[in-house]
Amino acid sequence: MQDVQPLVLDYLPVIIFFVFGLALCLAFLLLSAVLSPSNPDPEKNSAYECGFNPFDDARMKFDIRFYLVAILFIIFDLEVAFLFPWIFQVDAGNVEAFWSMMVFLGVLTIGFIYEWSSGALEWE
Amino acid sequence: MQLIAFYILSTVVVLSALFVISSRNPVHSVLWLILSFFTAAGLLVLIGAEFLAMLLVVVYVGAVAVLFLFVVMMLDVDFKQMRKGFADYFVVGGMIGLALLAELAIIATAANTDQVRNFDPSPGADTNAEALSNVLYTDYLLLFQMAGIVLLVAMIGAIVLTLRHRPDVKRQNVGDQIARRRENAVEVLDVNPGQGASIRKENEK
Repeated sequence: MQDVQPLVLDYLPVIIFFVFGLALCLAFLLLSAVLSPSNPDPEKNSAYECGFNPFDDARMKFDIRFYLVAILFIIFDLEVAFLFPWIFQVDAGNVEAFWSMMVFLGVLTIGFIYEWSSGALEWE
Repeated sequence: MQLIAFYILSTVVVLSALFVISSRNPVHSVLWLILSFFTAAGLLVLIGAEFLAMLLVVVYVGAVAVLFLFVVMMLDVDFKQMRKGFADYFVVGGMIGLALLAELAIIATAANTDQVRNFDPSPGADTNAEALSNVLYTDYLLLFQMAGIVLLVAMIGAIVLTLRHRPDVKRQNVGDQIARRRENAVEVLDVNPGQGASIRKENEK
């Protein structure tokens, strides 16, 4: 059991960082709203588009490959997440835990080989 | 000080969760969702579960929310069309909401005991990650392996469902490019002035 209070104090730099980030963002927004000259005009307020009016909005059908890459990234992200707590077992010399991770990695390597050989990583 | 942090963080979580469902632009919804993930991670830090907080940031903010944003920003979905069925789904959705609210109420009433108040985020270890490690790779070894298989199924499923090969696309073959020699690529010809070069065809060689 650890004491929670010092743990929270450990995060003081993070909190300071967030406070500064927020203050800086607000300062930029407020200063530009207050200091900059404001002389609105319908032409100035409309979106600048070169030549012609936009035909439709930015949403469109896109290649599903983008999504596939993102999903494969999530899977390996989770794999790495499992590796972090495993370090403690390796440090303690738990052989069973070591080999269970090897099996886990092996199972995902099968998936990786399938992924590679099926050409999911190649961009056409 | 911990109490102040708790109140600030939980207020931000609840407010940003409200904005997730109330904002008109779905992209803004996802951004609010990311804020609520971040603040929830802060709450996890407050109870001492540091590892879970970092995982929340890495997995949910780093991967899942980006995927959401990606889909919401780029997919061709008519959001006005989607909003049309609001009245039809109101009853079912409201009932699901009530069920969730009831579950939360049960947990909230059960949480007010000494055992939960003196909650230990890392039983029998120095850190949360170590406590998790002590059970995950020993007592729950089978579940850990099953998690691996679930990930494998997800990977193969994603590939099988989405991968379509287009045979008409020209691809770069690096091996062929590197294996190409000077002899079958370049030819030196003597060209007399004013005559031009007669180029031999490929099959005459």
